[in-house]
Amino acid sequence: MSPVVEPIIAPENLPPRVNYLNAGYGIRSWLLTKDHKRIALLYLASITFFFFIGGAAAVLFRLELLTPQSDLLQAETYNKLFTIHGLIMVFFFLIPSIPAVLGNFLVPMMIGARDLAFPRINLLSWYIFIIGGMFTLTAIILGGVDTGWTFYTPYSTTYANTYVIITAAGVFITGFSSILTGLNFIVTIHKMRAPGMTWMRLPLFIWAQYATSLINLLGTPVLAISIFLIAIERAFRLGIFDPALGGDPVLFQHLFWFYSHPAVYIMILPAMGVISEVITCFSRKRIFGYSFIAVSSLAIAVLGFFVWGHHMFVSSQSIYAGLIFSFLSMFVAIPSAVKVFNWTATLYKGSIIYQTPLLYALGFIGLFTIGGLTGIFVATLAIDVHVHDTYFIIAHFHYIMVGGALMGYLGGLHFWWPKITGRLYPEGWARLSALIIFVGFNLTFFPQFILGYLGMPRRYAAYPDEFQVLNVMSSAGASILGIGYLIPMIYFIWSMRYGPLAGPNPWNAKGLEWTTPSPPTTENFEHKPHITEEAYAYEVKEEKVVG
Amino acid sequence: MSDKSTAALAHQFDDPEQQLEASTLGMWAFLATEILFFGGMFAAYAVYRLAYPQAFAAASNHLDILLGTVNTAVLIASSLTMVLAVYSAQFAGRRAQVTFLLATLLLGTIFLSIKGVEYAHKFHEHLVPGAGFRFDGADPRHAAIFFSLYFAMTGLHALHMVIGAGLLIALTVMSWRGRFSAVYYTPVEMVALYWHFVDVIWIFLFPLLYLIGRH
Ligand SMILES: [Cu+2]
Repeated sequence: MSPVVEPIIAPENLPPRVNYLNAGYGIRSWLLTKDHKRIALLYLASITFFFFIGGAAAVLFRLELLTPQSDLLQAETYNKLFTIHGLIMVFFFLIPSIPAVLGNFLVPMMIGARDLAFPRINLLSWYIFIIGGMFTLTAIILGGVDTGWTFYTPYSTTYANTYVIITAAGVFITGFSSILTGLNFIVTIHKMRAPGMTWMRLPLFIWAQYATSLINLLGTPVLAISIFLIAIERAFRLGIFDPALGGDPVLFQHLFWFYSHPAVYIMILPAMGVISEVITCFSRKRIFGYSFIAVSSLAIAVLGFFVWGHHMFVSSQSIYAGLIFSFLSMFVAIPSAVKVFNWTATLYKGSIIYQTPLLYALGFIGLFTIGGLTGIFVATLAIDVHVHDTYFIIAHFHYIMVGGALMGYLGGLHFWWPKITGRLYPEGWARLSALIIFVGFNLTFFPQFILGYLGMPRRYAAYPDEFQVLNVMSSAGASILGIGYLIPMIYFIWSMRYGPLAGPNPWNAKGLEWTTPSPPTTENFEHKPHITEEAYAYEVKEEKVVG
Repeated sequence: MSDKSTAALAHQFDDPEQQLEASTLGMWAFLATEILFFGGMFAAYAVYRLAYPQAFAAASNHLDILLGTVNTAVLIASSLTMVLAVYSAQFAGRRAQVTFLLATLLLGTIFLSIKGVEYAHKFHEHLVPGAGFRFDGADPRHAAIFFSLYFAMTGLHALHMVIGAGLLIALTVMSWRGRFSAVYYTPVEMVALYWHFVDVIWIFLFPLLYLIGRH
């Protein structure tokens, strides 16, 4: 076994007597904390809770889809379940996942700061998130909502008989939590960097967070206002989107996708940041093409604002607009491919250590590539007309959002778990569950590409008999995937108490966060660090000058 | 860091300069968000204005141009008193600070009151969209969209004014307690940025809603 797996605990590796975890006891010290690391843990607990709600909804509708008839669930219940799954997973799990948990924990540590620029706003954003979550849960408990996570008009404003306004309020409120987190990160990255931490020395995770924060800042308010208009149209019978009252339902789609396409990058960009960190560490090499990866994050963020029309190829959008949106959408493939090539080049001739985070990173590269390439399929006008609103789309975006973003999140959580808790997770179990997740994921979603190509539409509880085999495969994969998610849940909790002590830097990784003790103290650094070298200086033998 | 720090310096910052720079950038970033927030409605307005120009022109004739103009003047005046409040937070005493803050608050309240009068008129004229809406022009359906946007946009603007008024009250209390000086006046400066932004939104709303297509 490599020394990475079983670190020898020298006295200097013991966790500090007072660290951020035991600096205060009691529920108040957590609920009123302004420490970015504690707020990260508040988010970790809350989004894990939401993840299991969204997952439970998926379990139910995958069970329903075992048989062609709508037997286990009525169509209305089925509609509510996929809506809950989409809403919870997008707004209450994926969007906050890496930024609010890992970003909150790491952004100040990676740039050598004591905290984010606005700790109180950081805590406020968690409370806003929880209030928004409460609204959404209330809507679910009262009887749910069946509009799909997209709230398309005029169904959502006129015809739906479910709790649209409460749900809309929940999404509206939660939006401000990501706006405030984004604002906090942007200011922190601009103004709080330690001496010597120039832009081109920033870890790529920081670049990814910066690009994500820009989208949060500029995209989320547009979603907020569109949802607000839905709510007031429904409440006061206004005619902004309702064609019966002279409004234009497609206008809503424009406003909604102006945010919700970039929202995909809110999910995937931070995961890309994680992958860059993990790959360099476990191939013991400098990243290949640092500046290209950094700039490609910004390029994805900017381009992402100009492609929303690819969701509306069949929504009466003009053919010329469709052509332009199709062309621009393919453009996004360039910065994405730049990243994939650079990661592969980094792995090439590296001294690779197959630690769990790297397994997730490799899984990410493979699945993201499939998700990205099928994205080119659906950005092509003619193919999209064929596969629009079929399971092909479902499979495509799950390869990006689950195969990409969620794999990145889990990889990052494993990678920084020793820093967060001061303890190691059990490596064997972790590798096993990474494998289970990879297999379960592909078994769930690859058949859906075929189903969609054969013409099975999304959002129906019943389907023709000939689709059953592929649907049973998909449901079987989903149960494997579910087990794969439960195992880390169990061993992470186990390791908080019984895991071996990690020491400050169990992976021998570069980066300022690894120069602090695990778990870090409330102030992060004993002395303000001075940075004298670029990020990922893995071949350089001298130690980083700290202090 | 601890020896240099003043009472108002938060622990995460190294010096007051960094703190001021961070707050300023944070406020500008927040205003960028706000622009996009209103931007969604401006986009909706543009789409429908282009689609139904006659109905929009006819509907906008029902707005009260006199009250709108007075309100514009009131808001511009309040921006002036706000600037003077920032100036006095740096260079003048408590009295001047409190005077200008209260003057800004008063002008903001006048604006909101006039807006309330306008809303009441629209209500009596049955121009509030919904079941009771009545419009004797050529195209009442699309005039209703104009009024929907009118209420949504000016209502959201008014909500921002109310928040601004709350902030001004907080500033007045802080200023009365002598919190501001040439060394530390960040809160006044930040609220001023916000206040000017809200004014600028109105400077766009006024011609779009009241003036274009008027005859
Ligand atoms: Cu898209």
